[in-house]
Amino acid sequence: MKKSICMYFQVHQPTRLRQYRFFDIGKDSHYYDGFADRTILRRVADRCYLPMNELLLDLIQRYKGAFKVAFSITGSVMEQFDRYAPEVIDGFRRLAATGAVEFLGETYYHSLASLAHPGEFRHQVEKHAKLMEDTFGRRPVTFRNTELIYSDGIGKLVYDLGFKTMLTEGARHILGWKSPDYVYCDAAQPKLKLLLRNYSLSDDIAFRFSDKGWKDWPLTGEKYLSWLKATEGDVINLFMDYETFGEHQRASTGILDFMRYLPGVILEDGSFEFLTPAQVARKHKAIASLQVQDPVSWADEERDVTAWLGNELQQEAYNKLYDQAEKLALVGDPILWNEFGHLQESDHLYYMCTKFFSDGEVHKYFNPYPSPYEAFINYMNVLSDFIIRIDDAVALKRET
Amino acid sequence: MRVLMFGWEFPPHIAGGLGTACYGIVKGLAYNGVETLFVMPSASGDEDGSVAKIISASDVPVDSFSHSVDEFLDKVRFVRIGSNMIPYVDPGEFHEMVESERRLQQESFTKHIGQKYRFSGRYGSNLMEEVARYAMVGGTIAMEHRDEFDVIHAHDWLTYLAGIAAKELTGKPLVVHVHATSFDRGTEDQIDTRVFDIEKRGMMEADCVVTVSDLTRGIVINKYGIDPAKVVTVHNAVDFSGRENLQVDRGIRDKIVTFLGRITFQKGPEYFIEAAAKVLKRTSGVRFVMAGSGDMMNRCIRHVARLGISDRFHFTGFLRGMEVQKMFAMSDVYVMPSVSEPFGISPLEAMRSNVPSIISFQSGAAEVLKYAFKVDFWDVDAIADCIYALLTYPALSAFAVKQGYDEVNRLKWNAATAKLKHIYESVVSSKGVQ
Repeated sequence: MKKSICMYFQVHQPTRLRQYRFFDIGKDSHYYDGFADRTILRRVADRCYLPMNELLLDLIQRYKGAFKVAFSITGSVMEQFDRYAPEVIDGFRRLAATGAVEFLGETYYHSLASLAHPGEFRHQVEKHAKLMEDTFGRRPVTFRNTELIYSDGIGKLVYDLGFKTMLTEGARHILGWKSPDYVYCDAAQPKLKLLLRNYSLSDDIAFRFSDKGWKDWPLTGEKYLSWLKATEGDVINLFMDYETFGEHQRASTGILDFMRYLPGVILEDGSFEFLTPAQVARKHKAIASLQVQDPVSWADEERDVTAWLGNELQQEAYNKLYDQAEKLALVGDPILWNEFGHLQESDHLYYMCTKFFSDGEVHKYFNPYPSPYEAFINYMNVLSDFIIRIDDAVALKRET
Repeated sequence: MRVLMFGWEFPPHIAGGLGTACYGIVKGLAYNGVETLFVMPSASGDEDGSVAKIISASDVPVDSFSHSVDEFLDKVRFVRIGSNMIPYVDPGEFHEMVESERRLQQESFTKHIGQKYRFSGRYGSNLMEEVARYAMVGGTIAMEHRDEFDVIHAHDWLTYLAGIAAKELTGKPLVVHVHATSFDRGTEDQIDTRVFDIEKRGMMEADCVVTVSDLTRGIVINKYGIDPAKVVTVHNAVDFSGRENLQVDRGIRDKIVTFLGRITFQKGPEYFIEAAAKVLKRTSGVRFVMAGSGDMMNRCIRHVARLGISDRFHFTGFLRGMEVQKMFAMSDVYVMPSVSEPFGISPLEAMRSNVPSIISFQSGAAEVLKYAFKVDFWDVDAIADCIYALLTYPALSAFAVKQGYDEVNRLKWNAATAKLKHIYESVVSSKGVQ
């Protein structure tokens, strides 16, 4: 039996906040930096989204569907595509039409709602599923939670929403001696299959590809194939950010050429086949169940949720934000719901991370603020204004 | 009466409160018939020249007015700053070092004769060098203008060496004005000893030491060991002339309680946070604002987050220009819980903007303000009590606003500088106060 290779790419851009000062609270309820969003999105579209969509379409056509990939595209970035680069959506539509591409389900706002508020989580997953169905014609059947966050509790939520497969991190502390290269299942819901990221082989492409200090630099298709072949197991899950190709790793590093060449090398070898997550889950039996009490994720060395909730600033912002959910339900104002969604984007909490020493570099790369403290102040100022609006709406509702 | 005054800054270009105070003093002195020659490291030309003749030290070359460099150095005994300390030397080596220092000093001074030095006039990393150069140029200026003044007046340690040089060269009496001491800048075990040495030397060589409060007078006497007979308090005043109170449209309906200043240990920001948490437990409809920046800011942000009050406690960062006025205009209560504050002009500004103020007993302003609420900086319960009362009892805050406004308007530089003039007269006539 051929071994399976499952490639999934994450597509997301945060809705960035403008510099929002204390003096704006109660006066100006425009929170976002549309200019930064547009500038960055256009840049990433030119460097990554547009050329990569073309490249993948070519590959799928050239190998007549033998090459397959999956995408998870957040609602937040879809809104930005719609506004600033609609041609990217056209590219995804063309990919969808080939039938060789699966689109996964996730939270619409790339949020941590799975940890905070089951009701809000269901709402966002539903909203995202509808967007995917409307855009690409198919409702997602595989789920990937924000930053691959997973735990037993989240597994139940996801299963109850009708998903049969879920992606998460092959974190060493949940696997122990086990290999990520098999299909597992949720401990309580054996029908929910789990695909685990092979972080070593994924990060060889996503992080190390252009690192000239790396002993295996430069990485070639043949070299990568030899590593794939040395791997035991049923499936190799290569999960990474789509922006790896052209943005995090610039085209000048050769990453796009590598990607253009790799599928051919793998397919010619004959011992592998490309499958999408749903196909992997259908083909392979779960060999064991996994028990995960505390949430895991694909972030940082710890592979837990401390990148977003590790310090008191992040916890405070997170608690204060989700405290609003009840009041919002009472009001039911779509504009406020929309703001609530964007303020839930996990990126806002990520900017407040103070883990500077091990993964600080990665955090800095993605952070528009000079310090986590400034990120916190700005966010809390916005949140304070938002809370005033909610309270006003609640008061109005009570009056009428 | 004519005075040669050494300052570090002068409006409109100011970084701290010293420039504002100097302006008030010079204006007040003019009102009292005292002529001032005001020397500063670097003037920009847009200073108010109607109240004093402004001399920019950057425009004055160090001159060879003395017969020889040796004579000059002998008289002025410069503290050469920036030399490295070396521990454990035997007497021979020590002598060698002192001699080479002396040669270096001569060389560097000779090199500077006839040269102008471009002062930055800021508080940068080569501050010590600027202070020493300022003294050299200060001496030159004093000699050039020796017939145009009767007394020398130096503001804070930055200018003390210049004051000393002027006194040594002209023999005229020296008044040093203490706006702040090293003990207000750092905790006792971490004061900058180089600064302390200059401060102490200035106070020792002065004929009279003027302090901005009795609190500072106590520090000068007890920590610097200065003879109480020559230490006199002249409380600061504040010049509100030509200032209209700002009208702002506040977006927030809640009452606002404000802390405004550098967020450093001396200003007691953490007591403000603790008091805020206590008030927020009892009442809603209030927000707290910490305006400013400083080395304790990040710690304070964490503290607020830990207490879980970040939705009602805001940080603005450093406020520029009109934003300060705007902040006062938005405030309902002002709190200054300083651990050590030589004077503290900000509660006066607050009261002038119709904001009732709560200040610590450990501030000089507490000595002159009757209608500010006074508490010990560490007494978080008392601070919370006062805030709560001012927020909850309109009669109390209305009273504090009205009386406070009148009170600060009565604190005039004209009265304070009359006292200064009297000090000048006594040092000139007897070279000693009273």
